[in-house]
Amino acid sequence: MIPRAATATSAHGSLYAGGIRSWLTTVDHKRIGVLYGISALSYFVVGGVEALIIRLQLASADGTLVGADTFNQLFTMHGTTMVFLVLMPLSAALFNYMIPLMIGARDVAFPRLNAFSFWTFLFGSILLNLSFFAGSPPNAGWFGYANLTSRQYNPGMGIDFWLLSVQIMGVASIASAINFTVTILNMRAPGMSLMRVPLFVWMALVVQVLMLLAFPPITVAFIFLLFDRFFGTHFYIPSAGGTPILWQHLFWIFGHPEVYILILPSFGVVSEVLPTFSRKPLFGAPFMIFSGILIGFLGFGVWSHHMFTTGLGAVADTAFSLATMLIAIPTGVKIFNWIATLWGGHIHFKTPLYFAVGMVGLFIIGGLSGIMHASPPVDIQQHDSYFVVAHLHYVFFGGTVFGLFAGIYYWWPKITGRMIGEGLGKLHFWLMVIGMNLTFFPMHFLGLDGMPRRIYTYAADLGWDRWNLIATVGAFVIAVSVLVFFINAARSLIAGEKATADPWDAATLEWTISSPPPEYNFAEVPQVNSARPYWLYKHGPTRDISRHTKAEGSQPQPENPSQRIDLPSPSGWPILAALGLSLVGGGALVGLWAVLIGVAILVFGVYRWAFQPLERPGHPSFGPASTGRR
Amino acid sequence: MDSHATSFGVPNRKLAMWVFIASECMFFGSLIATYLSYEGKSLVGPTPHEILNIPLTSVSTFVLLMSSLAMVLALEAVQSGDRRMTRLWLGGVIVLGGLFLSGQVYEFREFYHEGLTLQQNLFGATFFVLTGFHGAHVTVGVIWMVTLLVMSLRGTLGPERSLDVEVAGLYWHFVDVVWIVIFTVVYLIQ
Repeated sequence: MIPRAATATSAHGSLYAGGIRSWLTTVDHKRIGVLYGISALSYFVVGGVEALIIRLQLASADGTLVGADTFNQLFTMHGTTMVFLVLMPLSAALFNYMIPLMIGARDVAFPRLNAFSFWTFLFGSILLNLSFFAGSPPNAGWFGYANLTSRQYNPGMGIDFWLLSVQIMGVASIASAINFTVTILNMRAPGMSLMRVPLFVWMALVVQVLMLLAFPPITVAFIFLLFDRFFGTHFYIPSAGGTPILWQHLFWIFGHPEVYILILPSFGVVSEVLPTFSRKPLFGAPFMIFSGILIGFLGFGVWSHHMFTTGLGAVADTAFSLATMLIAIPTGVKIFNWIATLWGGHIHFKTPLYFAVGMVGLFIIGGLSGIMHASPPVDIQQHDSYFVVAHLHYVFFGGTVFGLFAGIYYWWPKITGRMIGEGLGKLHFWLMVIGMNLTFFPMHFLGLDGMPRRIYTYAADLGWDRWNLIATVGAFVIAVSVLVFFINAARSLIAGEKATADPWDAATLEWTISSPPPEYNFAEVPQVNSARPYWLYKHGPTRDISRHTKAEGSQPQPENPSQRIDLPSPSGWPILAALGLSLVGGGALVGLWAVLIGVAILVFGVYRWAFQPLERPGHPSFGPASTGRR
Repeated sequence: MDSHATSFGVPNRKLAMWVFIASECMFFGSLIATYLSYEGKSLVGPTPHEILNIPLTSVSTFVLLMSSLAMVLALEAVQSGDRRMTRLWLGGVIVLGGLFLSGQVYEFREFYHEGLTLQQNLFGATFFVLTGFHGAHVTVGVIWMVTLLVMSLRGTLGPERSLDVEVAGLYWHFVDVVWIVIFTVVYLIQ
């Protein structure tokens, strides 16, 4: 291979160039971010189609579109897909792309581990969906409560597909959490103290810590289930002294932090978008940081509020109820600070702002019904009813999806180098708001009227037809809104107006570089003296940062680096190791020999990877040729 | 990237190992919590005090503790560029780790012959899964040490790569500490 030194490549447009091989071996955080994004949006369509079939089945009483078994499979796959294959990877897409740019780094701490995380996630997600082709998708819900998943009551392969694939994706999450924790803590630009780290990155850090600590308990829960199903142990089998409640504890010790893993990225996006489009600093930024940390901390102490109906006793119920109510305080702080950020600002009504404000409004509805569930008597009444379905969708759809779309619209010009249509963007927003409220608001009424979750049909004389029909219509309005988004995205990619480096006149470092960024991100290592370094450079001090002068801000980045920059070389070993790991898991469905092949590939891949230098001859390098080195 | 200045002044790989260890605490914490919550819940025998052999396990615990000492000396030798001592102490870690694993295999076989299997009762399931996953961690550690020893024998493990040994050492000491908790909870406090 010929070293590409001294070519001084014009970065524009070259970031995404290259054949399929370059994508399979890429270790660039920006390309990996794009891969996460494409995967997540594709699965968004898959999970959405599953939801549409569910809604069609429930549109009227005594629905006959699908049978009970298929219905169970659909809601299981819908939940698992949306949580693990859409919301988490969509957050990961923004983390991957934006975090190094926002902290002024040239890549993540471990670029090849980053590639390994993505491919492990992708192979795990494919394994999950292969269950459709094997004719036995999982059917015990995304929560997989014990006994529903035992070999005795669930002899097919569906649960095996589910537990093995989620386990594999868990490895990807932990690997990625280690990577980004180290990146955020250790790779910040000179001068970027922790309190100058942008809110999005802060919330990402809290999410990484949650993933680090929350995934091991569910890993253990899955190991027990695996042993129960494959080796005949009795961890969850009451007849041998085990208890199914053990699963619930382990699952929710993961599951409740998981809720914050899904919502905090969206909080972070909104905390970037609102200040940018109201042209003010974020109101009470330190409070926003600490309340995010507090939400993450309290998130570990509330898992049993999912289990009030299991009869834990008055003391446990009281403690978990109080802890749950406490979370309303830091969350409330955030909401008031967002509103205060908008207050008195010069508001620019752009699509990202629409989605961010929509997120705040819709999340409040989900948050309020969440506080209702914090009270055990109320929760016991609403448990397993459609009221809970309404609540969780206001949080995950109104909160997470709207927040992430705010992020997609906000950073679209940076990522693609093109502007995305405002008209279609706002149409997307309004259709989604209308569709989402049509779909999920009536579920409050249905739940209070006693409609249980997860029933595949209901009798006509229960009077649930009307609201169910409205919910189904709403679901299709959401589908249309997503279609509008894809049309908008395609139009932008084909014929969108070229984006400047800083189309929104924003405050953070990612806007000091071209759109899309050069492969090396920053030609010169940025110096940071403020939480809003680029704003300071462009507009001088405001009353909030009166001690600084304009010269202390971070300047726009020069076109070409003045010193040679070496980037990590592409590597095929991470994808091979990920393939081996997935074979270890997926092979368990076939036989021991397949597992052993997987182990061999994994070990081979890891060793080749470990002994391959990060930067090798033929690696991408930029700037003037160095003298002496290499 | 380790050579570059980092925000905290700690090399990335070292910080990553600490972060990973935090995650592993939750992993073993969940396993140990399950063991404790199922203690005495088995419907049939054998029970822990019928079967656990404290003298034997005390010896293997001592062996594992000594392996941590060897690990410390191996790191010291790498940092001071003493190849001979590096190989000696890395070899010591491997032998002691291997002895511990042999003790575990022997113990598992004994228990199996005395009627304690994964399927026999909850004690068997929780005991074998907890100590088995610990043993798997020790095995990974031994393989890691063998890799470092081979690097040393090939002459590629000089003082400039002492971080490799330091990170492996962090892992090894963590696995050791976990065993002390397991030994206390499972064997000593019945």
